[in-house]
Parts: sequence; structure tokens; C-alpha cells
Amino acid sequence: MLFFRVRQGDMANITLENVSKIFPGGIVAVDDVTLEIADGEFVVLVGPSGCGKSTLLRMIAGLEEVSGGRISIGSEEVTDLAPRSRDIAMVFQSYALYPHMTVRQNIGYGLKVRRAPKDEARRRVAEVAELLGLEDLLDRRPAHLSGGQRQRVAMGRAIVREPKAFLMDEPLSNLDAKLRVGMRASLAQLHTRLGTTTVYVTHDQTEAMTLGQRVAVLRDGRILQVDTPQRLYHEPRDVFVAAFIGTPAMNLVEATIDGDDALFGRFRIPLDPERRPALDHRKVTLGIRPEAFEAAASAPAGAPTLEVAPAVVEELGSDAHVFFPVDAKRIGLDTGLTQDDEGTFLAQEEALFSARIDPRVDAAVGRPLTLAVDPARFHFFDVESGISLLPATPAATEPLPNELQSAAR
Amino acid sequence: MSSPLAGAPLAGVPARARRRRGGRRGRLGWNALGLAVFALIIFPVYWMIATAFKRGSDIFADTPVWFPIHPTLSNFTDAIHRPHFWADVKNSLIIVGCVVALSLVLAFLAALALAKFRFYGRKAFIVLIIGVQMIPLNALIIPIYLVLAKANQVDKLSGVIITYLTFVLPFTVWTLRGFMIGVPRELEEAAQVDGSTRFGAFVRVLLPLIGPGLVATSIFAFIQAWNEFIMAYVLLHSPEKQTLTVWLASFTTNRGTAWGPLMAGATLTALPVVIFFVAIQRKIAFGLTAGAVRG
Repeated sequence: MLFFRVRQGDMANITLENVSKIFPGGIVAVDDVTLEIADGEFVVLVGPSGCGKSTLLRMIAGLEEVSGGRISIGSEEVTDLAPRSRDIAMVFQSYALYPHMTVRQNIGYGLKVRRAPKDEARRRVAEVAELLGLEDLLDRRPAHLSGGQRQRVAMGRAIVREPKAFLMDEPLSNLDAKLRVGMRASLAQLHTRLGTTTVYVTHDQTEAMTLGQRVAVLRDGRILQVDTPQRLYHEPRDVFVAAFIGTPAMNLVEATIDGDDALFGRFRIPLDPERRPALDHRKVTLGIRPEAFEAAASAPAGAPTLEVAPAVVEELGSDAHVFFPVDAKRIGLDTGLTQDDEGTFLAQEEALFSARIDPRVDAAVGRPLTLAVDPARFHFFDVESGISLLPATPAATEPLPNELQSAAR
Repeated sequence: MSSPLAGAPLAGVPARARRRRGGRRGRLGWNALGLAVFALIIFPVYWMIATAFKRGSDIFADTPVWFPIHPTLSNFTDAIHRPHFWADVKNSLIIVGCVVALSLVLAFLAALALAKFRFYGRKAFIVLIIGVQMIPLNALIIPIYLVLAKANQVDKLSGVIITYLTFVLPFTVWTLRGFMIGVPRELEEAAQVDGSTRFGAFVRVLLPLIGPGLVATSIFAFIQAWNEFIMAYVLLHSPEKQTLTVWLASFTTNRGTAWGPLMAGATLTALPVVIFFVAIQRKIAFGLTAGAVRG
């Protein structure tokens, strides 16, 4: 198992400088993206479908021509190099296994076309098969494998080459939910073990948050924010990021800042002096995460409270989600999430807030409920631009060291 | 220029759909109809083979002799010993070999261009390929003859090979293109990332996967080139340069037709096609791409 130890090869940081992709017909898929991915880092590109994340990944792979800007891998500029000259491995959403080859041949293909010595190739395929538990499947064809097995073969094909970087395009999205959670953990383990630079594309924010050391949120071909999952969640710099990250999604509503209070619907909540927008008396988009609410009974004394009328109560065991209408204009943001996110299909202009509260609180539809809210956890965004109105805390642009990161997972 | 192969994918009609079509009596009716059609198709072939083994008196008997009761091989020896038989066998084999090989290579490359590359005028080209097939062959005999005569290709095997390629290529290109479109793009991309050149990915990944298409088109090319008569008859004058189908025509003379030897010759002529098909048909395994992607 020697070669699975941490890479000792050359540095494999990936640098994107003002990278753009304009498709024929003038469609801008990727718009001036600049991103530095450190050697050994696991970066996730996340965003709704059509945000350009896959195109960006394919540009790094060399499968898509670059319309503008530069891409470097390690110390070498690769902008115009063919995929095979970039020393990267890619895992496709569809797995893209060669159907006419056995698992052994699939995994060994890259070594074969690169003319690796036969003994060496055989040994490495065997090692990868052992690592991924594929030993008994080596002589099967992809058609006779289950989805999870195919996924592992696709991983094996990438690992066996010991490339500078792994590029993964939604590798888990074809698996069923349970398998996906298991595979996600395996991927994280694998990265800790191999330490290979990885760029991972997904539309699933849970995958992004759990896997990424840093996560880049894309929309309309632009990176809105690149940050650690924690900072992305707690310090979104953009209303889209705020809405996109988190389940249930952040409550967003049009509010007015009146002196030291925030007004929305029929509520007036005093602001935390430490955390409020700089300007007085203006319209803002107010964001409150569901967990900023709490049942009034268990909240610290003096916390501002709201009288609400629950419309839906979801008991999840560990906590309860209470949905209640707020008499204020709903902020409609197309986060493009259809699969893993809740959208509403009822036409309503009114905002429906969600609160995550202690399940022991006896909340029921039709019975008024008093909720406390923590103004120190409010988010404020510009109504026009969607940019956060809170001052950015000193940003940790450097990725966290690996040890901390694996703990964070 | 349609081919029996075009109907091949229908073989996979799910059994359930068939079962649903009424009860026992209904099935019996369909089977009877199937047998009737089969008999209609197979009878001429049977008659050819049977006649080949009949004695002259049986062939011309007033009441048809349905089965060669006294089989004889004299028709075959007669046919084989006719002048130029072996030379014409050789010519036919050369022509068919060249047409099949060239059409596969050319059609693979052309289909590749049409299926995998975007270029100006691609759509028009595809439409043109089908359009060309709509022109009846008989209308082309004289123009083709004139063109080949100018190029000094009349009465030469190479002229016939070129002519046959013009008939065969549109269909083979069209068919192979269909097979190629069915191969997911990710497979080539995976191969490219793994270290292949683009062409390497075509050869190592795409080519094996369109195997059934290559088999289907090669059978088509074989049948077309082997059975073609008119163009060969028009283009090849010298008896030692003719193909087997033209050689068969020599059984009919001003003094009448030698039916026994003609049927024997026809049976012999049909053999290679049958052998080629039997040898290669197992390779027509549809669904080879199963398992490449999800599902």
C-alpha cells in the first residue's frame, strides 16, 4: 500500500486567472473566474444547474476550450494543453466506464495508454482494487455492476494514475440517498489519506458543506463567495449564498431599519448594536436562519419575542421545524434547487418563515406560539445588489490546515 | 436501397407486448401468417437449389418435380467447367473485399466527422447523403459510365469498386453515424483524460463499441457488392474481367437458357453471402454499450 501514502510529487495547486467561457451564440457560461486552489486542498464548486460549475471543471480538465484567462496546474500553464497532458483524473457523473472492458481493464486503461511497465500497472490496479474493495469484481464488465460498484470503479480509475488533481463532476448524484451518504464519508476519508488536490462539482449544498475544505458558490458563471463551509454559513457575503446554503433555507424578508429596530410585517425587533447595517432607516433584506429562533420559554430573559401562528409543524425528532406566515413581502430567489431542497408550490406572496426549535416545545398548528429570536444572528443584505451590509470579519483566505479540516468534517 | 438489417432492432420487442395480443386462437393466426410469409420468401431459394440437383428431364417435366428424386451433381460440374468461372470468382472476391474494407474505413472516418465534430454545412451534408440514395440507380448508369470512361476506368475492376462504393457509402456512413451518436461523449472524454489522444480515444473506445454497426454495414456492403449486376454488366466487357453475377447471365444465350447449370451456378454464387452472414451474424450484439453510464 505504499503509493497511497501522502503524495510526494510536485506541488499541484490549481490557479484560475480571469477564466471565461463564452459558448457559440454568446452564452457566457463562466464569467471572469479567479480562484487559487492550494496543493492538497479539497475545493467544492457548488451552485444551481446552469451556473457554470461543470463547465469550469471541464475547462480545468481540458475538455472545454478556454475563451479567456489562464489556467495553471502546479507550476505549469495548461490553458491550451490537451487533457492527457494535464496529469489530472476525472470522475464523471455518469461514471463513463468503458463498457467493453472489464473492471481490471477499466482501472488499468490510463496506465496502459501511458505505457506504464506491465508489472507496475498490475500491482497498482491490484492495490486500488483492494483499497476500494473491488478485488472480486475485477473480471466483470460494468454492465454487471451495481451503481455503487460502478462508482467505485470510476474512483479507482482516477486513483490508480496518481494524478496531480482529481476533478469530480457530481460523482454521487446517481446513487440513492443512503449510498450517497456512505460514499460521501468514503470520499472524505480517501482525501485525507491521499492528500490529492481535488475539485468537486455538486449542486447539493450538503455535499458541498461536508466535503469541501473550501466551497465556492457560483451563480450565472461567477463566483459569489469562496470560503470555508463554516464561514459560508455564518458569514454569507451575498444574499444568494445565504439562501443557497442551509436547510431549511434562511428566512429572507424585506425589512425596514428604524433607528435601533428592524421592522418586518407586524414585528419590531431591536437590533444588536454589534451587528447591524451602518445606515439608518432604510430598506434592507433581512435574513434569519431558522435556528436563530427559539421557543420563548427556553430563551434567555430579555430576548426579543414574536407572537406567531404556526401553519405547519414538522417533528423531526431531534428538533422541530415550525413554519409561520409573516405579513411581509417574500424575497423570491431562484436558487434553482429542485431535488434536495424544499420549494413551495403554493402561490403565496406572503413570506413563510421557518424556525427550528426544541421538539419538547408543544407547538401545534392553530395554536399561537411565542418565539424568541437572537438579533445577534441577523443578516442584512442590500435590496438591490444583494451584497451583505455587515462588515466582513477578517477573512481567513488561507485554507485551514488539514488536521483541523478533517475534524471539521 | 433499403436493407433487411434495418429491421433488426425490432427483434427486441418485449415478450409481454406479444403475449397481450389476444388468446390462443389469435396467436395461431399470427403464426400461420408468419409461416405463409416464410414459405413465400423461401420458395424461390428452395426452387433454385432443388433445380440445381435435378436432371434435365425433371427440370422440363410438364408436371413440376417438387423434389430432386434422382439428384445429380452434373449441373454443378457443368457450371464450374464453363469458361472463366474461376477468374470471375476471383474478380468478385477482389471487388467485394475492396468494397467492404474501403467502405468500413471511409465510412468510419466520415461518420466520425458527422457524429463528433461540428462544422459548417454538416446538416446539409447529412441531408445530401440521404438525398443521393433517392436517385434510382438506372438513371445513373450512363452518367457513371461516361465519367468512368473519361477516367479510363471502364472494363477495370477498380472502376467497378469505385462505383459500388458510391452506392454503399451513403448507407454505411448514415448507419455508423447512428451507432456513434449512441455512444456517450463522456466515454471519449474519460479516455482523453486518462491519457489518450482524441483519435486514440476514437480507436480504443469508440471503435469497439460500434462493433455491431461495423458488422451490420459490412454485411450490407458485402451483399450489395456481391449481388450487383447491372453496373458490372455495363462496365465490364472482357469475359475474364467479369463478376459472378455477369457470368451467370452467360447461361442465357440466343439458343435458350441452360437452367440446370444456371441454377447450380446461382447456388454456388449465393453460398459466399450465406457463409459470410452466418460467420458474422453472432457479432451483431445490440446493447453492447449497456453499463457505460447509469441505468
